[in-house]
Amino acid sequence: MRYFPLTDSEREEIKKFLGIKDTKELFSDIPKDKSYYPLNDIPSALTEDKLLEKFKELAKKNRYSNYLSFLGAGAYNHFIPEVVNYLISKGELSTPYTPYQAEVSQGSLQGIFEYQTMIAMLTGMDVSNSSLYDGGTAAAEGVLLALRKSKKNRILIASNLHPEYIEIIHTYIQNLNFEAEFIGFDRESGKIDLTQLKKKIDENCGGFIFQSPNFLGVIEEVKTISDITHNKNAFSVQVTAEAMSLAFLTPAAENGVDIIVGEAQSFGIPIGFGGPYLGFIGAKKEFLRQMPGRIVGQTLDTKGRKGYVLTLSTREQHIKREKATSNICSNQALCALRAAIYLSTMGQKGLKEVSKINHLNTSYFVKEASKLTNINIKYKKNFYNEVVIEIKNNNVEDFIAKLEEKNIIAGVPLKYFYSDFEDSILVNFTEIHKKKDIDKLIKAIGEIE
Amino acid sequence: MNKLQKAIFEKSRKGKIGYSFSPTEFSDDLITIDRKKLREDIKDFPQVSEVEVVRHYTNLAQLNHSVDSGFYPLGSCTMKYNPKINEKIANFEEFSTHPYSPHKFVEGNLEIITTFEEWLKKITAMAAFTITPSAGAHGEITGMMIIKKYLSSKGDTRKIILIPDSAHGTNPASAHFAGYEIKQIPSNKDGIIEVGTLKEYLNKDVAALMMTNPNTLGIFEKNICKISETLHKNGSLLYMDGANMNALMGVVRPGDLGVDVMHLNLHKTFSTPHGGGGPGSGPVGVASYLVEFLPVPYVYKKGKNYFIKHNGEKSIGRIKNFYGNFLVIVRALAYLMSIGKEYIRKVAEDAVLNANYIRKSLEPLLELPYKSKTLHEVIFSDKNLNITTLDIAKSLLDYGIHPFTIYFPLIVHGAMMIEPTETESKETIDEFINAMKKILEKAKTDPEYIKNAPYTTPVSRLDEVLAAREHILKWEKSSE
Amino acid sequence: MNLDDFKFTKEHEWVKIEGDIGIIGISDFAQKEFGDIVYVELPSVGEKVKKGDACANIESVKAVDDIYTPISGEIIEVNKELEDNPENINKDPNGKGWILKIKIEEKKEIENLMDNNQYNDFLNGISQE
Repeated sequence: MRYFPLTDSEREEIKKFLGIKDTKELFSDIPKDKSYYPLNDIPSALTEDKLLEKFKELAKKNRYSNYLSFLGAGAYNHFIPEVVNYLISKGELSTPYTPYQAEVSQGSLQGIFEYQTMIAMLTGMDVSNSSLYDGGTAAAEGVLLALRKSKKNRILIASNLHPEYIEIIHTYIQNLNFEAEFIGFDRESGKIDLTQLKKKIDENCGGFIFQSPNFLGVIEEVKTISDITHNKNAFSVQVTAEAMSLAFLTPAAENGVDIIVGEAQSFGIPIGFGGPYLGFIGAKKEFLRQMPGRIVGQTLDTKGRKGYVLTLSTREQHIKREKATSNICSNQALCALRAAIYLSTMGQKGLKEVSKINHLNTSYFVKEASKLTNINIKYKKNFYNEVVIEIKNNNVEDFIAKLEEKNIIAGVPLKYFYSDFEDSILVNFTEIHKKKDIDKLIKAIGEIE
Repeated sequence: MNKLQKAIFEKSRKGKIGYSFSPTEFSDDLITIDRKKLREDIKDFPQVSEVEVVRHYTNLAQLNHSVDSGFYPLGSCTMKYNPKINEKIANFEEFSTHPYSPHKFVEGNLEIITTFEEWLKKITAMAAFTITPSAGAHGEITGMMIIKKYLSSKGDTRKIILIPDSAHGTNPASAHFAGYEIKQIPSNKDGIIEVGTLKEYLNKDVAALMMTNPNTLGIFEKNICKISETLHKNGSLLYMDGANMNALMGVVRPGDLGVDVMHLNLHKTFSTPHGGGGPGSGPVGVASYLVEFLPVPYVYKKGKNYFIKHNGEKSIGRIKNFYGNFLVIVRALAYLMSIGKEYIRKVAEDAVLNANYIRKSLEPLLELPYKSKTLHEVIFSDKNLNITTLDIAKSLLDYGIHPFTIYFPLIVHGAMMIEPTETESKETIDEFINAMKKILEKAKTDPEYIKNAPYTTPVSRLDEVLAAREHILKWEKSSE
Repeated sequence: MNLDDFKFTKEHEWVKIEGDIGIIGISDFAQKEFGDIVYVELPSVGEKVKKGDACANIESVKAVDDIYTPISGEIIEVNKELEDNPENINKDPNGKGWILKIKIEEKKEIENLMDNNQYNDFLNGISQE
């Protein structure tokens, strides 16, 4: 079989050299009644042509690509230049291990160093790392970082954070001695209830974690939030699930944010049914020694040439073990490299242009949709690229079904997340959508009685 | 060609573009956000042409050693060949759907997930798997949380996890982040955990033993069945770190050995690419009495239909967005289907043959700290040499060979952990053995030469102290 | 350097008494074990510590470890130069590489520590293991 270079005669040669007759002898430490169990219930090997056939059959069972989709909510369909796919498929980039032997890993190390730089540029922060698993776990790491650095054990959480992120934060902190309390959001504006925040925050809080643009697509008053948290010596921790917004809105650091975490799948990573994605983190320099994950640093070699290495490893699990800043080892490095290639290709102009188109498309929809009588746009201002639609005359299931008949997947029903948003769906527009696609959606909605 | 590259920011020139996208049909008048909230330019962000992007990353790629370019015998990493047909399949457009797509539109993907789980169950004899964890360490913390929730559901608040002295650093870190205290348990002179030693450390406060099998010395923990029994009698559980599953796949199933919870590394045993540090995937398997504690979401099939469980009273909750590193799972499934029952056992057999071939060849030249049977990886020490493990590692680079794992596990002085895997030819392994012989020979007559290696790599030894002191962690215009 | 009035702990810290102040650092053996030191986390002035408390943290490229105070008392000074020049501990562990100064609470605590000769014997014992 093509993945096994040893020939039968070579196997014999090696066995002879080892002084054994049967390979089984090498496994003699394994309890004999449990080893070499019958393999009958394992399917037979498929040749390459049969393998392709099998997966093409599986692919046919997915019908998503036949539809015009407006699904968002933490995973976004963006345009990926072909150059990104081509370069990331290079075996020299995708098949090495973690760059512990820096002399033969300068490609990976420099790629990640440049990625760290781009994240720092987009967020205005001093330090970033070489990736986390995804937005949700990045949010959890952000919470742990704030609590670790502040040496406090109470965190406030915005209730309009992505519901999956909230669940993940909860899973992580439930086993540690930390308390969490929610800050509600105002249904009218879609934003965090600042009065409640001012009331609940105190000197025992390590920080407040909130999302902007939030789960409902609304942009929060980030600077005001940061001021409120700083007033009580707490950290301002921003989350963003839609990294494209970083190129359009003012950088987190300028809004007083101390730690920013989130999902960078929007930067050239395929939507891939949810993974692998790309968690990112950016923070002010005082957090450096508490940062989780791998970090690449610049240095010199013995000949004075510039080079890159993994650095500040004493924070990590392989040295500090149970005292590490995180247990993360393997991360999403290749996704980070993909993002770097995407950001380099799109560049200053392309990224700004495309991030603007996301907003313009959404705005156009909001303008035209306000002429419709069977839906209501809940938050007509302060959105980036997602809006909440309230469905007036139908229930959500019928509305969605009627649009599916027209080959449209309208959006994510919010009843799964908020009980008082039973009749609403979250609709996302990216640069992928053209005017005719948005017009098709408007027309289709208009035709529903 | 090994050309060092300037940072991409240095290659930028104002006005260069690398992208092509149709302009918007809408005017800026449609912007509804307050201007004060909009950013200006992204200072110093790249501005390069597509040609320069391709040159930059093509040249960077050439600075890397990779599995595709040569031998990569990193112990406990299982750097096996990454099949290319799996890349083509993972890139099928149809698989790249939105995770919140209505189920009826993504039955192919749901079938991939459930089919993959069935394969893992057959290979391990565990009752069920979650494919949500993103990496081995992620799987470990998930496993630790499952154990904690299970015990606390019975009103049991045990606080301690026992971890062998040879364990990988993620083990204690993961246990710690799950809220446990760690107690280190020593292995014996044969490198394994003895039942007697376990009994000394066992008490009513021990929740579980976290054991790698085969362990990081490449040695099978042959007392595992008795260890499992002893733990169970004490009301404790057995967690198996399955990072070294490449030595066991098709030969023995952890579920048959009394394992309660385990994780697998798809980017190790299951051939998915390491990507320079990720993405990986770390599915977690459990015994039947722990199934309800698995994280959500959990995808399952009932009759002809697929369901996704999003809540469970006993579940530990959500540990990752969406379903897991799905496209990594697609590659792993394609791999398993390619090797099938005819070759699944050959993986461990050839891996173990290759490792033993290396062991016997190098035994006359290097100190072998543990004389127990070697499975898929062998450990040597630099004791009694006039050069260090680091020097040998750096010298191997000049032979176009990636070094083995160095200085791990900590219980061996100057550990050299060598894992060839089954996807290496005898010629490649002979080349490695000859390179080692040459290096050790040269060390006798000219140790200085060895100590200053490597000589032929794009950069020579890098100053890690300078990196840690200066901490330049991003490019800045002034740093040029 | 004359180490006659230095006292050592088994964890390789030293304390030098000057009146009612104890100056604390790590021994030459310890700095060699660390390798090149890249960062020192200093405690705050005014902090009160008990003998055996972790009072500082030293980091090199390959290791990180707490320093435990051999004596109880209030921290009255820390060596701020180590913030920019952590390598001073490697270069001059018994002099410029001093880490912190404590106002001694209980003089008796020093009596159980090793003097320079005893410490050297102790180190010889370690190397023979």
